[in-house]
Amino acid sequence: MKMLGSKAMVKALEIENVSHIFGYPGAAICPFYDALLDSNIKHILTRHEQGAAHAASGYARATGKTGVCVATSGPGATNLITGIATAYMDSIPIVAITGQVSTEQIGRDVFQEADITGATAPFCKHNYLVKNAEDLPRIFKEAFHIASTGRPGPVLIDVPIDIQNSELDFNYPEEVNIKGYKPTYKGHPLQIKKIAEAIEKAKAPVICAGGGIISARAEPELMALVEKCNIPVVTTLMGIGAIPSTHEMYLGMLGSHGNYVANYAIHNADVVIIMAARVGDRAMGTAKKIAKKARIIHIDIDPAEIGKNIDVEIPVVGDIKSVLQDLLQEVGEYSKSEWVEKLQEISRQHSQRKEEDVDPQGPVKPRYLLRTLSDLLMDDDNVILTTEVGQNQIWAANNLIIRKPGGFITSGGMGTMGYGLPAAIGAKVGSPDSTVINISGDGSFQMSLQELGTIKQNKLGIKIIILNNSGLGMVRELQKRKYSGRYYQVNLESNPDFIKLAGAYDIKGEKITRNCEVEEALRRMLSEEGAFILECSVDPEEPTL
Amino acid sequence: MAKHILSVLVENHAGVLSRVAGLFSRRGFNIESLAVGVTENPDVSRMTIVVEGDEYIVEQVSKQLNKLINVIRVKKLESQDSVRRELALIKVVATASTRSEIIQIVEIFRAKIIDVSRNTLTIEASGDEEKISALEQMLKQFGIKEIVRTGLIALERGNKHIKANNNDEE
Repeated sequence: MKMLGSKAMVKALEIENVSHIFGYPGAAICPFYDALLDSNIKHILTRHEQGAAHAASGYARATGKTGVCVATSGPGATNLITGIATAYMDSIPIVAITGQVSTEQIGRDVFQEADITGATAPFCKHNYLVKNAEDLPRIFKEAFHIASTGRPGPVLIDVPIDIQNSELDFNYPEEVNIKGYKPTYKGHPLQIKKIAEAIEKAKAPVICAGGGIISARAEPELMALVEKCNIPVVTTLMGIGAIPSTHEMYLGMLGSHGNYVANYAIHNADVVIIMAARVGDRAMGTAKKIAKKARIIHIDIDPAEIGKNIDVEIPVVGDIKSVLQDLLQEVGEYSKSEWVEKLQEISRQHSQRKEEDVDPQGPVKPRYLLRTLSDLLMDDDNVILTTEVGQNQIWAANNLIIRKPGGFITSGGMGTMGYGLPAAIGAKVGSPDSTVINISGDGSFQMSLQELGTIKQNKLGIKIIILNNSGLGMVRELQKRKYSGRYYQVNLESNPDFIKLAGAYDIKGEKITRNCEVEEALRRMLSEEGAFILECSVDPEEPTL
Repeated sequence: MAKHILSVLVENHAGVLSRVAGLFSRRGFNIESLAVGVTENPDVSRMTIVVEGDEYIVEQVSKQLNKLINVIRVKKLESQDSVRRELALIKVVATASTRSEIIQIVEIFRAKIIDVSRNTLTIEASGDEEKISALEQMLKQFGIKEIVRTGLIALERGNKHIKANNNDEE
């Protein structure tokens, strides 16, 4: 069927089941927008292209579908880069579509021209510069395939304006055939048997579950294995939600900002089973030490991750869901009670020690607030919490109860400030019946605050908690520890009145300064149907851990 | 540092070379040389890359290359199982008194003279890295004005060949 390139792009998106896209128009992408107007696909206009990219990412994590963002050429495209890089580091499936100047103008530094395919090559699984309108259907099919299969990740499609305006004969391919891309899904049966033997013999096994468990939707298999073999579980930051936080075998997040018993377990185990995690430096920076003491098993769909940061005794390349299903057939029911009891005792000791004195009149204690929030959300089965980056992120990771996968959305690998608010927008758009709450700091909030406009325009009932310590808390803490308290450029004393700001967007808000106000304020925030900003005064000296 | 030869089959598209080079630069891998050209199949090019590094580096290089969508196959070539050649053009200072000596050296190395002028001779030589380096050493004493080397290309010995599908042997 003959049609214009712009129409073909929209048709391809429809065939790929795309229901929402996040974007910002411009000259070079106008033909696409004109075709989009006639489609049933809903477009959400953000206030910055970076917001569109982060929203696509949040949408992908909340729904499991591939997120889509659109921008124009030049600065529109380059504004997507941080969002694309953020998704790349955390293996989130998104397709970014950018307009480009006309093919004969490329390379002549014309208005709003940028080599976006060159610039994003380090941050994409793959990208395309479309040179023939005829290639559009195949490219879109391949792009969605690459983004969502194997180890998920971003794919960018750059479409020059003359291609959008050219005619083609639209034929959407049935299959993809990419010679250089054939991920391995089924794990090697002999290797899987070896894992089963190792688990059987182990006296102190521990599972380290990463973000890949959530991408692969392997939570039921993980739970089944944990309960059959009685193996305790720690998660990385990206793995939070792979097993409900309340599960008795869950020890918490490991790593430099993780919790005591999780790190104790990882450093004293005799078998460590790393599942769909990339052995990031913050999670397992002490990899060498761990590998000396324990037998390391690493299961991942990306062969390049195995052996990259830690020496592995039993590697398995494959899709974690499939590998766990096979593994469940090989293992028996085991009891590692001595080890498990020891860990539970340590967990009790340390959580008692951490039970802090909360002065009702004192500035808001973030841990107390987040635990109270978790208590209030106990009966809500559809909660999605997003975080920004810094102290707010770590307090959230260590103190929130997450009961379902996709319930915790954060920027792990890149640690991008300003991620949480647009990601919450994406999550709410994708999962409108969920309670969506963004945990933020005053610094991070100001990186994306223009997206309050998106919230207002689309009437999204997102709750935002701003833990306001008038500064960049994490960096301040670093300067305190490593630079003898020579604080520099970490002070945000000239913060705006956030509640007035919210009001300017017709968003309700409230400021609290004391712990005794926390519970009631949270209740009001949760019962409010529309968007709500809760600003809390936090002591700048409040430590992260 | 140990050197390893990788034979990489890639799709013959614009930009593939740039992606491979970009990969090496951002992951900090050291390329000693890179030669690329089309194969018996016009849609496929072969890159021969000489990498400096230990076993861990070579393994990571191969795995990261494999992740690139345009890369079809990566094969490490062991020195005993492969034939390696490179081409060099060497412009050497040659006066009436030194010319015959240079010509003799060229004959010994089975190289060719492809250009002559009053003061220079340009030599074309092909062989493995050791042969080219040895020739260069011998010519140094006369004064080398310019030298250009293509970088290594290599194929596996015997019946085996690397095809653009997943089978190594034929």
